Amino acid sequence: MPNRVEPGARVRVRDWSPPGHVRAPAYLRGRTGIVERALGAFPNPERLAYGLPAEERGLWRVRFTMAELWGAAAETPEDTLDAEIYEHWLETGEPHAA
Amino acid sequence: MPHDHAEHLSPSGHPYRPDDDGPLSYWQVMEIAVRELLVEKGHVTPEEIAAQIEAMDARSPAQGAALVARAWCDPAFRDRLMADASAASREMGFDIGALHLVAVANDAVTHNVVTCTLCSCYPRNLLGLPPDWYKSRAYRSRVVREPRAVLAEFGLDLPPSVRVRVHDSTADMRYVVIPDRPAGTDGMSEEALAALVTRDSMIGTGLPRTPA
Repeated sequence: MPNRVEPGARVRVRDWSPPGHVRAPAYLRGRTGIVERALGAFPNPERLAYGLPAEERGLWRVRFTMAELWGAAAETPEDTLDAEIYEHWLETGEPHAA
Repeated sequence: MPHDHAEHLSPSGHPYRPDDDGPLSYWQVMEIAVRELLVEKGHVTPEEIAAQIEAMDARSPAQGAALVARAWCDPAFRDRLMADASAASREMGFDIGALHLVAVANDAVTHNVVTCTLCSCYPRNLLGLPPDWYKSRAYRSRVVREPRAVLAEFGLDLPPSVRVRVHDSTADMRYVVIPDRPAGTDGMSEEALAALVTRDSMIGTGLPRTPA
């Protein structure tokens, strides 16, 4: 994930399942959306939850269409869902180098 | 008396709820242990804990309603609210603590609704304690998948011309919906307008009341 992603950029939520207190819900993993706004940097909750030193990570609001999330089963394909996703959960073009 | 006097029924004719005599869960034991340790080590007193519980229980959606009414009356405030809802809340003198608030506004073609699929994040400082259904698995799992069906169960039938925007509070933000100002409210005072703003209209599962 590059340091700066502008609103309007296409991003994909990483499709992985690490253990622990993760803040990216499973139904969004592997899905592509558009950055709605940048929210700033916050201490990484996935480390904070265990009382570990938590580095600051960028947080973005990403907008997905219902069509992208649920495919043919979408209730109304053009309706949308916004969620906050941390930078280490987002990838732009190339697959994330783990 | 419309009901019989069987011993297993209350005077109003309903069965008594059984006492909750099961063993404490792991997390209940953990909560009691931590609380007792904090008291024993002198970090907090039982009175402070009780006072904090009372303060949380006493919170209501009134501050959220005041915020919405101000936004309806003052376009410049509304702009500030949409740009930074935390700052706008503080401007009104509300103690929202460390809350990072995002306001999302309804209009003729947009309806917003808020959930938290991962837990039960809710802007408590502004709206008080969340309703039980907000924390239920049914609401959290269904509203992201079939929001229109869920809203219809709340009595809100949205035409296809209205775009539904669901907001999942997955991380550090909390959300408040700014409903559209109801028709027929021209000239009403900010205070009278606030009385029209319901809790559910600020979650997005309802609309404000219309003036009587």
